[in-house]
Amino acid sequence: MADTQSLAEKVANTQVWKAIFRHGPPNNARNRAAVVAGNVFLHLHPIKLKKSGVQLGYTWCMGGLTFFVFLALTVTGVLLMFYYRPTAEYAFTDIIGLREHVPLGIMRELHRWGAHLMVITVWIHMFRVFMTGSYKPPREFNWGVGVILLILTLLLSFTGYLLPWDQLAIWAITVGSNMAKATPFMGHGGPGAALARIGDFVMVSDKNDVRFQLLGGRFVGEAALLRFYILHCVFIPLVVAVLIAVHFWRVRKDGGISAPL
Amino acid sequence: MVKELINYLAEPVYSFTAVTAFFVYTIKKPEVVGSKKFGLYSLIAILVIFAWMLADPVFFSVISLPDNIPIIILNAGVLGTWWYAIHKGVENDKRIAAGEGPIEGTPENREKVWAWPNLVYTELFAGIACTVFLIVWAIFFKAPLEEPANPTWAPNPAKAPWYFLGLQEMLVYFDPWMAGVVLPGIIVVGLIAIPFIDTNPKGNGYYTFAERKFAIAGFMYGWVVLWIFLIQIGTFLRGPNWTFYGPFEFWDLHKAVAENNVNLAEYFWIKGLGMGLPKNIFIREIAGILLMGVYMVLAPIWLTKKWGQKYLQSLGTIRYYLLMFLVLGMALLPIKMYLRWFFTLKYIIAMPEFELNL
Repeated sequence: MADTQSLAEKVANTQVWKAIFRHGPPNNARNRAAVVAGNVFLHLHPIKLKKSGVQLGYTWCMGGLTFFVFLALTVTGVLLMFYYRPTAEYAFTDIIGLREHVPLGIMRELHRWGAHLMVITVWIHMFRVFMTGSYKPPREFNWGVGVILLILTLLLSFTGYLLPWDQLAIWAITVGSNMAKATPFMGHGGPGAALARIGDFVMVSDKNDVRFQLLGGRFVGEAALLRFYILHCVFIPLVVAVLIAVHFWRVRKDGGISAPL
Repeated sequence: MVKELINYLAEPVYSFTAVTAFFVYTIKKPEVVGSKKFGLYSLIAILVIFAWMLADPVFFSVISLPDNIPIIILNAGVLGTWWYAIHKGVENDKRIAAGEGPIEGTPENREKVWAWPNLVYTELFAGIACTVFLIVWAIFFKAPLEEPANPTWAPNPAKAPWYFLGLQEMLVYFDPWMAGVVLPGIIVVGLIAIPFIDTNPKGNGYYTFAERKFAIAGFMYGWVVLWIFLIQIGTFLRGPNWTFYGPFEFWDLHKAVAENNVNLAEYFWIKGLGMGLPKNIFIREIAGILLMGVYMVLAPIWLTKKWGQKYLQSLGTIRYYLLMFLVLGMALLPIKMYLRWFFTLKYIIAMPEFELNL
């Protein structure tokens, strides 16, 4: 009769286990170092770190949760893409179909609430980093990367808001994108735009200003839906992924989670 | 009766002033606000008041909208972490005053521990807890879906997503180029600039309050009072036509609000000097232009003479004036709010000819 301990040891000694993990179970110093250093996902972590840095009372786990929710949003988002076509004709009915025809479907709920949650966790993460003075040297640059990531999180959420193509969506985006119209010099309703003209030739109009570039038109229509879809599903996530890599890399390079000097 | 009083006091002029006053109290007396007693009593008070408010059908109909649930979670998170950060800071300040150094720096906490299992397991449990939370949320609250998009019929009120409602609320006081472009720009630039302006070497890597009072006060004012509280106003207190409605007030489409806001130029030329508005727009707006010039140029110089010399010395010219610009830019918002509330002032500078209204 093998007890569990020896069963675990047996498993850890099989050729398959060794092929995957290349080391024994992480119950001694050597293997604990090996499990973190030898695993592509875990090697984001340092092998050892100060005790203050693993305490929930210090970090609140908000940065980690933001990343976790980002991953959850990536997974649920990819699943949603199987059911969704970004055209004015199909977008809304595809969402209805998602609700009516997919059994036990909570993917859209998970995605939507996850998106809201990510905005909240990223804000509170920033608050924690500020309150512990973690932006101070040598972490100035990474704070800036974090601010950009926060803006991108809001833009991800904002671009996704349009995709259900219901009244809530197009009017929220209309309100939001109308701000772009007022950009100084670059929006046709903004200060200085009226100055940008040569004789009768108006250089900044509603046919070429920043809002037009954002929406692909003068109002929130089908072109805007496609643009927001690409921005939401491809462009911004790619930029965010790259910046997250920079962010994590710099956390490590700048000395890990902050602690008193 | 009580509900009518609350409806009345929720008016931004009162509620914003009350929040600001509480914020000032927090900065003055962090040891009171950050105490466990204060935290516990406030938590109980908030829960009781919230439960009582939920019993009101009008309030419930607004708060239970699926898209408003995140704001409740946000508020719980913001208030909780806000109190906790002050609490931790005050505890550390006591230790530092007693010569013990911050709790994060004790030999025990400086000790190095293995990432596996200490960190990896924490992350795993946090991830599981978060997943459970999200799934429960997703089961109990369906994602909202309204009627199909109809470009010819705008709902009233048409609101942006909740995280932008602070900006939308600013539209009451500023034109879109300020509320939607310039002020958000100042926020982003200001946030990125923080580490380069704040040269205080203390408070790096631990909670503290006393060692970074100015930095914390400035950040907290922007974060809690201006950003979070304006989101509350924009979400819960703004109904059709972006009119103010108390938390227990039915969103009656026909609520009439007298809007007779007056430009500074009209105050100056018509009411002040008793003459008509001049034709030349720059002469017409001279009072506003001078006022803004005083505010953005003369005020920093005067403030520096009066109070800022030692900061100018320690920060250097560029840092100091960047800080001045950011603080004055941020202060434009509450200043404009109070000017509107007290003097029904519409624009300080009104040049619709150039779409330049401030």
